[in-house]
Amino acid sequence: MSSVTLRNVVKRFHKFTAVHETNLEIPEGAFVTLLGPSGCGKTTNLRMIAGLLDPTEGEILIGGRRVNDVPIHKRNLGIVFQNYALFPHKTVAENVAFGLRYRDVPKADVAARVQAALDLVQLPDVGERYPKALSGGQQQRIALARAIVIEPDVLLLDEPLSALDANLREDMRVELKRIQDKIGVTTVFVTHDQSEALAMSDRIVVMSAGRIEQTGSPEEVYNNPASEFVAQFLGASNMLEARCTGTDAGGATLEAEPFGQVAVPAEKAQRLGGPGAAQLVLRAEKLLVMPAAEMPEGMITAPARIETVDYQGQTVRYFLRLGERQLQAINMIDERPFEQGAEVRVGFRPKDASALPMETA
Amino acid sequence: MSVEAREARQPWILLSPALTAVTLLLLVPLCFIVIYSFWLRTATGADQAGFYLDNWAEALSDRFYRDILLNTLKIATITTAICALMGYPSAYFIARSRGNKAMLLLLLMLPFWISYIIRTMSWINILGVSGALNGVLTWTGIVDEPIQMLYNEATVILGLVHFLLPFMILNIFVSLDGIDVTLEDAANSLGATKWQAFLQVTLPLSLPGLAAGGLLCFVLGAGTYITPLVLGGPTDAMFANLVFEAIITQLNWPLGSALSLMLLAVLAVLVGIYNRYLGMAQLMKGLG
Repeated sequence: MSSVTLRNVVKRFHKFTAVHETNLEIPEGAFVTLLGPSGCGKTTNLRMIAGLLDPTEGEILIGGRRVNDVPIHKRNLGIVFQNYALFPHKTVAENVAFGLRYRDVPKADVAARVQAALDLVQLPDVGERYPKALSGGQQQRIALARAIVIEPDVLLLDEPLSALDANLREDMRVELKRIQDKIGVTTVFVTHDQSEALAMSDRIVVMSAGRIEQTGSPEEVYNNPASEFVAQFLGASNMLEARCTGTDAGGATLEAEPFGQVAVPAEKAQRLGGPGAAQLVLRAEKLLVMPAAEMPEGMITAPARIETVDYQGQTVRYFLRLGERQLQAINMIDERPFEQGAEVRVGFRPKDASALPMETA
Repeated sequence: MSVEAREARQPWILLSPALTAVTLLLLVPLCFIVIYSFWLRTATGADQAGFYLDNWAEALSDRFYRDILLNTLKIATITTAICALMGYPSAYFIARSRGNKAMLLLLLMLPFWISYIIRTMSWINILGVSGALNGVLTWTGIVDEPIQMLYNEATVILGLVHFLLPFMILNIFVSLDGIDVTLEDAANSLGATKWQAFLQVTLPLSLPGLAAGGLLCFVLGAGTYITPLVLGGPTDAMFANLVFEAIITQLNWPLGSALSLMLLAVLAVLVGIYNRYLGMAQLMKGLG
């Protein structure tokens, strides 16, 4: 088990810069997720940590040791690939035992360790089978067993769940987290799926266009996004043009049409420099749709019309028209959702809002 | 007609052009050859129809035929081994190259645009007494007199390798190209060096292509008569040359038929053994 450090790492492919100068500290035993859309550099970072790519500039440290010149087969990493990369001509047991043959593991112990790994992923009886005879989810577990049986210093997971169908993905998410907790290995997880990131991580590193946008706990990046990109990428957020009219110890006061004055709490307005152009961030789940006649206390509201209803069973997503603006709201369904075209009232609590400075694009 | 009956007929309808061609152009002539092999060539030069075992007795008892058959198999084996050793790295290079795979494959096919006979004869201009290589050697003074490099077993093998190498490369390429490159990454990440990963993962997974390429080279090599005719000496005849000699030169169809069936039988047995022991079935178990 080891920490991982990226120090001033840059990766260029010819003239294209895939990763801009990046600094990242992954503490020992942590489960850290690199989250971002495709092409954001998250997989490039993972492949550099793995040793499958060499950084153009900067240093990579594993357990405090510089590994830039250490080839992949000497880094002692467990990697789970997106397509599992199980060896099709070897049985499951041979696959899992593969890494052990390059370590000084006595022959007698190999079988026991393979069996222990298969037990850990809850597939104790498939050792004699070939990978092709297993389902996608089972192959995924075998790939994990093969990666952890060597007791790696760091476990690297490259979108390991994206090839699975939705239900299985959620089961495997829980399973993966359980196994990681149990063995306590430092884990770097790459995904574009925000719900996977939020559910599994100790820390999330949100990336965009080769740069780190924000690093923080799932609650931090979700509730207090550091940029418009983070706000938009982690769930749906409404960004409203606003003016900051003043800040004090209690927070910031923003003026945002059509809601008027909003007092944003201090911890959610800390990125504001001071008075001036700003953005008000309203998460779609925090925006409540109610009958037009209601005026609940403590909420800032405005009249709206429902343009589109996107029914999702437990929840419903409304696209709302407020004059020039379109806002999104995701609400739990109480009895039945509002109809398309209905005149309603939409509101939020000021403590759920956050503020960002206006980005100069 | 029921749906099932129609569906059952469909493959046969699609196969019928090929089946017709194979039947008329291969099976029927083969039957003629079988019949011919039991006829007898009389002293007058006329063929006498009937059921005589004389040709077979001669083909099977004469040590001359046996020695040439063994020599043919030896040359085909050496050629196949050289093609495998030379072809694998090339195929690997093409399969792993990123942008210009199509270009490299086109270059590989380029020799097929020129007749095999012309390609074979081109070696005379390179290795012959007044050929390019001798020209360079005498001009630089390395040798005083041109050396005769042609017309021996080595040049026959050279010509066959030249002819068969693209077939080997293509077959290996196809199986290498189908192997997921992340398998090697996975092996490396588990502690295997590049070479160990190759031996443990890539090589075994590419064996079907190597085996198919080997079989093709062996059969084509063992059946050739043009290369030894053009590049071999008087003692380098291969078995197909005997068939050529009997049928074309001596017009002895019955003996030529018996000899060609003998070669066919030997190759068929060898292919059968090959399939049984080196065959794909064992490898396919893991893949399929």
